[in-house]
Amino acid sequence: MPELAQNRPAAGLRADPRVLARERRRERALAFGVYAFLIIVSLPLVAGYGWLVLNSFSTELVHGVWPEGFTLRHWRFLWEPPSDYYPDLWRTTWNTLWLAIGMTVTMVAVATPTAYALSRMKFRGRSLFLALTLILHAFPGITLLIATYYVLRTLGLLNSIPGVFLVKAALMLPLGVWVMKGFYDAISWDVEMSALVDGASRIQTWYKVMLPQVMPGVASISIFSFIYGWSEYIYVITFIQDKNAWTLSSYINSIVGDYRFLDYGLLSATALFYIAPVLLFFFFTQKYLMRVTIGGTKGGS
Amino acid sequence: MARIRLEGLTKAFGPVVAVNDVNLSIEDGELLALLGPSGCGKSTILLMLAGIYRPTRGDIYFDDQRVNDVPPKGRGVGLVFQSYALYPHMTVFDNIAFPLRLRRAKREEIERRVREVARTAQIEELLARKPSQLSGGQQQRVALCRALVKEPELLLLDEPLSNLDARLRIETRTEIKRLQRELGITTILVTHDQIEALTMADRIAVMRSGVIEQLSKPQELYERPANLFVASFIGDPPMNLVRMEFRNDGGMPRLETAGLTIQLPPSARPQLERAEGREVVLGVRPEDLRFRTEPAPGLPVAQVFMLEPLGRDTLVDMRAGQQSIRALVPGSSEAKIGDTVYLQLEVEKLHVFDGVTGVRLDLGAGEQPALRVEAKGGA
Ligand SMILES: Nc1ncnc2c1ncn2[C@@H]1O[C@H](COP(=O)(O)OP(=O)(O)OP(=O)(O)O)[C@@H](O)[C@H]1O
Ligand SMILES: [Mg+2]
Repeated sequence: MPELAQNRPAAGLRADPRVLARERRRERALAFGVYAFLIIVSLPLVAGYGWLVLNSFSTELVHGVWPEGFTLRHWRFLWEPPSDYYPDLWRTTWNTLWLAIGMTVTMVAVATPTAYALSRMKFRGRSLFLALTLILHAFPGITLLIATYYVLRTLGLLNSIPGVFLVKAALMLPLGVWVMKGFYDAISWDVEMSALVDGASRIQTWYKVMLPQVMPGVASISIFSFIYGWSEYIYVITFIQDKNAWTLSSYINSIVGDYRFLDYGLLSATALFYIAPVLLFFFFTQKYLMRVTIGGTKGGS
Repeated sequence: MARIRLEGLTKAFGPVVAVNDVNLSIEDGELLALLGPSGCGKSTILLMLAGIYRPTRGDIYFDDQRVNDVPPKGRGVGLVFQSYALYPHMTVFDNIAFPLRLRRAKREEIERRVREVARTAQIEELLARKPSQLSGGQQQRVALCRALVKEPELLLLDEPLSNLDARLRIETRTEIKRLQRELGITTILVTHDQIEALTMADRIAVMRSGVIEQLSKPQELYERPANLFVASFIGDPPMNLVRMEFRNDGGMPRLETAGLTIQLPPSARPQLERAEGREVVLGVRPEDLRFRTEPAPGLPVAQVFMLEPLGRDTLVDMRAGQQSIRALVPGSSEAKIGDTVYLQLEVEKLHVFDGVTGVRLDLGAGEQPALRVEAKGGA
């Protein structure tokens, strides 16, 4: 009997302090192992960010690692362009923000009603449509680059931020729609019918009863879209040449691709400037994301 | 308040006919129960009355006005869902106020009416909470308040008590009944619990597979079930049902099966004539079955097989020939397991059904009204 208790403590035997202590030790060892593993695998990432910070504030990195001399020289781009070649930084930042917000608004505005229709309404071609959106999502966006270039040129949307976020949103919409559909599916029909019986129209039911319940979904696709929009690179450098429409990724791209020697200090400073808002944004919104799985809100119905 | 009439109401979901040709009229202020097993179409009828489902065929009238094409918001119906269907993102107050706000009622009026109905249901102190912070019984009250606050013409309750524990169910039963009486609202109560239906309803419609099998007052449903289905559905413990043959030779009308013969009064003859030589089903409620332990000539004989004390009563399980028969006797039974007992049957308490169609056959004991339900072909 005692052996049994040691091997697998049953609820009634938990009170034994020796068993408890052993349990606790084992748990602590396990936690230690997990943390050690996580620290080791995330070390390269942390080192990368650390290198960026050091590089941007020091005059020189000895052997590429040891910082020497503190300077703000690399951050001068904040008030004066590194050379005549570069557009105004704040205009570029504004363009980046415009891209991120435009992307977010488009995604939410299209995915929210579309997912409602797919979740709640019966219409011909519904399942075909669902299957097609998945296929579209599986399509690597890069293969469409040339085709979309021509489409945008025809529409006169080249060299414009809306051109980029429309393409980007179109490619991300399948994911957004599926996420939102999961949230709608989790709401019971009874609640919707109840609103109708209470005297709401179909539209009122949607925005007074359904929409508030899928807000976690709206939050999650907004966060994703914003971050994707902010950090978009390939479509920006393909579709936008006009310096007035540059975003920060074009800016950094041209620092990296500068014909002169590569200025690591400047590159690090601009890179930090570029990722800081995303990190901050993520820091403040991650609690919404943590509540979300594809199926709906965690712990929800 | 309204008088409700359903005419030939039918609803099919693809190949599934959920409600089949239902005719029903409900008087102003009446409480009608729809009683039947799971999946028989009760909720479907409610949702058609509320305007959520469109009937495949047939008409719905509120006070002689055909409402088939009237959307839910125009019907003045209050509906309490089995799941309560409260709006999880709103407080209790906002839940109850929701129908009023949609009607653009004035602020003060909303405030007044919500508090009033909340007071009646004794949930005033819960108004600031969210539904997730309420117990099942409290949620049920909120759902009821939300249905009542708009002063509906017709109140529909879809198994409102099924999520409550036994005690709360009895309390709420009385409370709903009282409220319904006071307000005089025409009400349809859906339930699969016969006690609920028998205690609350003015009339009961027993349903099976989308069809109304019997529509009558609770007492009559119990005393004169119109067919085998109703007989076996109503009553707990269920009615004893024994397949027997009707014999009339030798001027002695009687029912026979292996090891059991039951004499019938001569008055039973004309009613059963057409069943002559055919199979019938005899039904006796356990509580109507009496027996004695002293031998008596001419009474059917049975052996006590098992005793199940239920507290107030005892359920006596007996074997008569090959038939298993149960009797419910008050107190504890004087008979012991293995005893031979003699069954005493009162003709007025016997139910006889056609062996093929299941329709009730009258024994002609005393005067009784004619059958209400006609035989259904092949049922
Ligand atoms: N929306 C629907 N689509 C397809 N079939 C349905 C639909 N709603 C109900 N049915 C079918 O119609 C029949 C009646 O369903 P209904 O919900 O009215 O039963 P019920 O009597 O309320 O049962 P319960 O007591 O279990 O609630 C069932 O066979 C059910 O499967
Ligand atoms: Mg139901």
